[in-house]
Amino acid sequence: MTKPLSQLVENIKPSGIRKFFDLVSEMRDVISLGVGEPDFDTPWHIRDEGIYALEKGKTFYTSNSGLKELRNEICGYLERRQGISYNPDTEVIVTVGGSEAIDIGLRALINPGDEVIIPQPSYVSYEPCAVLAGARPVIINLKAENEFRLTAEELKSVITPNTKILILPYPNNPTGAIMEQKDLESLAEIIIENDIYVMSDEIYSELTYKGEHVSIASLKGMKERTILINGFSKSYAMTGWRLGYACAPKEIIKQMTKIHQFAIMCAPTTSQYAGTEALRNGDEDVKIMRNAYNQRRRFLIDAFKKIGLECFEPYGAFYVFPCIKEFGMTSEEFATKFLEEENVAVIPGNAFGKSGEGFIRISYAYSLENLKIAIERLSRFINNLRSKQTK
Amino acid sequence: MREELLSLIEKNSRIGLEELAVLLAASEAEIAEELAKLEQEGIICGYHTLINWDKTTKEKVTALIEVKVTPQRGQGFDRIAERIYNYPEVKSVYLISGGYDLLVTLEEKTLKEIASFVSDKLSTLDSVLSTATHFILKKYKDHGTVFDKKHVDEREIITP
Repeated sequence: MTKPLSQLVENIKPSGIRKFFDLVSEMRDVISLGVGEPDFDTPWHIRDEGIYALEKGKTFYTSNSGLKELRNEICGYLERRQGISYNPDTEVIVTVGGSEAIDIGLRALINPGDEVIIPQPSYVSYEPCAVLAGARPVIINLKAENEFRLTAEELKSVITPNTKILILPYPNNPTGAIMEQKDLESLAEIIIENDIYVMSDEIYSELTYKGEHVSIASLKGMKERTILINGFSKSYAMTGWRLGYACAPKEIIKQMTKIHQFAIMCAPTTSQYAGTEALRNGDEDVKIMRNAYNQRRRFLIDAFKKIGLECFEPYGAFYVFPCIKEFGMTSEEFATKFLEEENVAVIPGNAFGKSGEGFIRISYAYSLENLKIAIERLSRFINNLRSKQTK
Repeated sequence: MREELLSLIEKNSRIGLEELAVLLAASEAEIAEELAKLEQEGIICGYHTLINWDKTTKEKVTALIEVKVTPQRGQGFDRIAERIYNYPEVKSVYLISGGYDLLVTLEEKTLKEIASFVSDKLSTLDSVLSTATHFILKKYKDHGTVFDKKHVDEREIITP
């Protein structure tokens, strides 16, 4: 074939993580701290419900927007946990993971030339999805001194007449940063004033360790301009089930449903039954997992203190994002050298945007035993680096 | 903190004060004090080790015995339970709702020893009406821990 492939797609850079993945996969017996998914198995009662659905022959398409009982449970959950009420018939769509919701949400809103504000470091798919939807991504480089929270000043400084959507990725992957009520309130004012939509990716909402997660959609005047995205992957350890959802005003959900209907049909039926069970009877599982993550988080922060590695204390997700600037290496150089010398994989911060340069992402979706071994190696590695620096 | 502390040491009674302090965001002194209180209040009753005896060469037979008894006036089941749990070979005694009254676990070297305990000691107690003895053939899971299960991390090594 000689005719060119899509120029739009060809221009998109492959994920920065991919490069590192290729390197890691050549090595043996690597201890990885590079995983972005829970180490827990999906709780048994949830898996059992999936199995039961298969046994009963529930193997057909569901309605495009998802099983009615699942949508009911989603709305019940958001009401109970965040105090936001959505109409299960018109304001919810069940998607194939939170990722699909990001994609179709952007596509449903964007006209050519619209600007999408993306705070970074953040999850790798916002920028390409915005580009594929025809938008111009506008990056905000978040700062470590603000604990990677988005400030009102930062937001103000990038708003133009073309600004259409702000992506709000909190609790944040890769930094572990959260936004508290007061932080959100100062943003909301500007958002409303400038009539901007918000895509709030709250996939880690259940994993916060300092008070309860607050959704920006719960603030006055915000629900009508917010696409709230959440899912089952992180909270219920269900990554492989590919199940997420979006809640938004009915006009937006209607357009999103069109794309979903033609591209996807519906989220996997088995997963939808399992997800219904998760929301009905899974609160206790979440609590147990959250406690375990919190203990590991405290362990890591304490270990960094002992090593003397600079790191703000993150209160969300299951990542810590220490600074490695003192070693005079790029994130990639640091991660590669650490991998080669100590067989431990961490993710270079720049994989999540330019402002991640000088940081590494360490995931604590690993058992404490595993983390202890990895930290021992990190400590040895860093001591070696430091002793070379002083020479 | 109390509940979290208990669930940590329930899983690993060898965990040190220093580590507990880090995991629970408290000082070592606070943890030590709380542990002492829990022991004093009889909430922590001992520090045990979970052993899969099947993997050792030591012979060990475990039996679960359902016991029907006549409760005694003024004492209910407590007196007969005490008479049973005082035997050192008895590992546990529970009062059970439903078809029988007491569930007794017994650990011995041989079937014969268990048989003789049941026929000579247990059945002859005045208030014991009947017994049914079940032998454990294999333990799959005990105290929340699955025996013989190797954990394999099947996740991709790196994901965003």
